[in-house]
Amino acid sequence: MSRFKHLLAYPVAMMLLIVSASASDAETIIIKKFMFNPMDVTVPAGTDVTWENQDGEPHTVVSLTNDFRSQALDEKDKFSHRFDKPGTYKYICSIHPKMVGIITVVAK
Amino acid sequence: MSDPSNPSRRGALKCMAFGGAGTLFTLSGGLLTPMSLAQAATQAPSGIPLFLQISDSHIGFNKEANPDVAGTLKETIALVNAMKTKPALTLHTGDITHLSRAAEFDTALGLMQELRGGELHTVPGEHDVTDGMGTEYFARFGKASDNRGYYSFDHQGVHFIGLVNVMNFKPNGLGSFGDEQLAWLKADLAARSSSTPIVVFAHMPMWSIYESWGWGTGDAEEALSYLRRFGSVTVLNGHIHQIVQKVEGNITFHTARSTAYPQPLAGEGDGPGPLTVPAGKLRNMLGITDIRLVRHHLALTDNTLA
Repeated sequence: MSRFKHLLAYPVAMMLLIVSASASDAETIIIKKFMFNPMDVTVPAGTDVTWENQDGEPHTVVSLTNDFRSQALDEKDKFSHRFDKPGTYKYICSIHPKMVGIITVVAK
Repeated sequence: MSDPSNPSRRGALKCMAFGGAGTLFTLSGGLLTPMSLAQAATQAPSGIPLFLQISDSHIGFNKEANPDVAGTLKETIALVNAMKTKPALTLHTGDITHLSRAAEFDTALGLMQELRGGELHTVPGEHDVTDGMGTEYFARFGKASDNRGYYSFDHQGVHFIGLVNVMNFKPNGLGSFGDEQLAWLKADLAARSSSTPIVVFAHMPMWSIYESWGWGTGDAEEALSYLRRFGSVTVLNGHIHQIVQKVEGNITFHTARSTAYPQPLAGEGDGPGPLTVPAGKLRNMLGITDIRLVRHHLALTDNTLA
């Protein structure tokens, strides 16, 4: 029975290794043409997500659950937030609420 | 348009073509009577100078569409200061600053102190409250409203109401007043006679001009339901950096030009951002609105910097 347990644990450990290896622990979201790109991102816990505004118009990154909030980002300004806790994080640009995005954080 | 006291649809349409040059509107029993500015110039402006509307000065903006927004605000102020009769009030309908920064507010206030436009009243735009709380805005402009942002006052028999529709945006949403403010508005209007002329000013348009770009206010219909019984209601907004007008019953809606930069027509281009126009044309697209009391009616005149 103990041998069986060991066999089960092995692929799980491998998967964890793959996830942490493929995640560079950093993700960039470009804000351009009044859109977050990509709009929907899945990252492992502990990832630093950075938004960079490439529009001439300022934008913000505002969590709908008050987990994070950028200042107004002018063109070329960046904002970063580290996502440690697994979950789904919806956010908008508070200046242009038609701009919406989702970060899904999965356990490492 | 031979007789401005007898407006025709054709006349009204003809006047809309004057948009860029400025058009004088006389509000008469809820109906707009348009005249071209050229016509208005030959007839000495009558009535009591009631107030001016300035909007969207975006202090802090420095991109191609207008690298010197402080300069064009100064030009706007010079235009007002050169007017023969000074208005008793100036309403700034928001986006005083571009990024809600303290230094931007200080620059804007410093410039507006030179304005000989009477008492200054303001409502915030979404660019003034990007921190969510509007800390810098309220530190400077919160007193009149006891830090709520919305408030009312009376002047020359006209009841003025400043409203806030730029906070607590919902995803994919339009501007919103929220239940608390609507309840306040209902109570504020309840005791007033229907013959009181009403001026409502708020940053975002209080009717849906273009929903995909957020050019509207989701719960404006509720606010308008309290206003419909009044004989003369003038709704003044900013936000879209161009003049758009509508008349619905006794309610006249009007959006002002910016003093900083124009924006595209609804739906043209990527989104509601700054529109770069040839340098020689910029000042034709920036300006202010001058509102006079003519007998018992409000007359609106749009003035450009050029």
